[in-house]
Amino acid sequence: MDIFDIIGPVMIGPSSSHTAGAVRLGNIARNILSEEPKKARIILFNSFARTGRGHGTDKAVIAGLLGFSPDDERIKTAFDEAEKRGLVYQLLIENIDESLHPNTVTFELEGTTKKTRVTGCSIGGGRVKITAIDGFDVELSGEYPTIITVHKDRPGIVACVTAHLAQEGINIARMRVSRKKKGEEALMVIETDEKLPGTIKEVLENIKEIHRVITFSE
Amino acid sequence: MTNTIEELVVMAEKSGCKISTLVKKQEAKSKGCSEEELFLKMKSYFEVMRQAANKGVQNEIRSISGITGGEGKKMWNAKDKALSGETVVKAAARAMAVSNVNASMGKIVAAPTAGSCGILPGAVLTVGEKLSKTDDEIVDSLFTAAEIGRIIALNATIAGAEGGCQAECGAASAMAAAAIVELAGGSPRQVSHAVAIALKAVMGLVCDPVAGLVEVPCVKRNAMGAAEAIIAADLALAGIPSVIPADEVIAAMKEVGRMMSDKLKETALGGVAATPTGKNWEKKYAIFKGGIF
Repeated sequence: MDIFDIIGPVMIGPSSSHTAGAVRLGNIARNILSEEPKKARIILFNSFARTGRGHGTDKAVIAGLLGFSPDDERIKTAFDEAEKRGLVYQLLIENIDESLHPNTVTFELEGTTKKTRVTGCSIGGGRVKITAIDGFDVELSGEYPTIITVHKDRPGIVACVTAHLAQEGINIARMRVSRKKKGEEALMVIETDEKLPGTIKEVLENIKEIHRVITFSE
Repeated sequence: MTNTIEELVVMAEKSGCKISTLVKKQEAKSKGCSEEELFLKMKSYFEVMRQAANKGVQNEIRSISGITGGEGKKMWNAKDKALSGETVVKAAARAMAVSNVNASMGKIVAAPTAGSCGILPGAVLTVGEKLSKTDDEIVDSLFTAAEIGRIIALNATIAGAEGGCQAECGAASAMAAAAIVELAGGSPRQVSHAVAIALKAVMGLVCDPVAGLVEVPCVKRNAMGAAEAIIAADLALAGIPSVIPADEVIAAMKEVGRMMSDKLKETALGGVAATPTGKNWEKKYAIFKGGIF
């Protein structure tokens, strides 16, 4: 935590968790889709559902999907902006799921060629955590440059990826691998200290057992 | 970086400099950037604070729910008749003005949270003006406020959902008190006394937002938080110490937050949120009706 986590962020009100955090969750979901979202189904849970309207959480998640930052004055008019940009959305308000964090949202997104399902929560002060991507349990803050790979669950692939990062002089801040079943598909999330070089995506995509690579930074 | 207020005060006393000077130095070192960069970032935040305060005292700003609006302007217009004196009332008006902007989905700086975003700007803008301080001096004082907030967050919490309003408006008030003691030329020790006094004044304050919105009682609590910061600073500057040291007050605040029922921690299930009028507002304006839309 640094002093600008205390004074800051600059944001559109009224709530760091329910507005700014909601925008950031939308931003990360957009990044994971890695193309312009055309259709979105957004499910708000618990406190997001109960108090979201008055906090503009509904507008905030849409603004996030459009790529607006938490201090963008267009958040207030996000519904109109979505219409202009051709984003068709549906908001579902599921009141309570005790097993989930109080401020949880699930995005089901479709772009022109890609689809994804992302769940995350707003953990306070505008900070967020992505907890699931396409059915894989993950932990991702969105505060660092991020690499996500979907690959075959077999020995050596993680080493292969980290070796490439080492070669580029990139330090791993946090990393997590998860899978649904042994030997099938696995999903790896790597958050790094250094900026990612533009070539990294291509390099990793050339590794045979890696099916998909997503890279983004804030 | 320091982990306690005592450490921070002792370090400032030893080096004979202001807390803000120390904080800028430490922060630049830990981030590997220049103090100038940090200063410019803080200055840009200060500009957002000032714009929000000006906007809210000049215009009647309504919230998106419609429950609150215009308090900042009303108070500003009545400042000449104020019983509590011009400084306190201007600070309260500006605090509510920023809070009004926040509730209208306008641009603010979380300090430390959006719910408490008016307190620090209200206090430093007004005290800075009264003491004819330059913008740069006010910006410097924000580093002191931020470090105090960081230590509170580290050793207790600044989230209403965890610690109640004492953790949000309380922390903001303590941060503001620290900043204005420094602005007024107080010592680092006096900064710590002001922090302790401000936090003690709202020990146990519940977070009870009507309909879960950052409006009632939040907008007016921002006014009270700014006023309280000024009184706490005046006490410390008058040489009145806090008997309980700031770090112990922070620990107590954390413990009180832990003991507090969840109904009193941002769930809108207790306090004024649970009153008949609070419930009526909730039904009328705030919550989603449920289902698909």
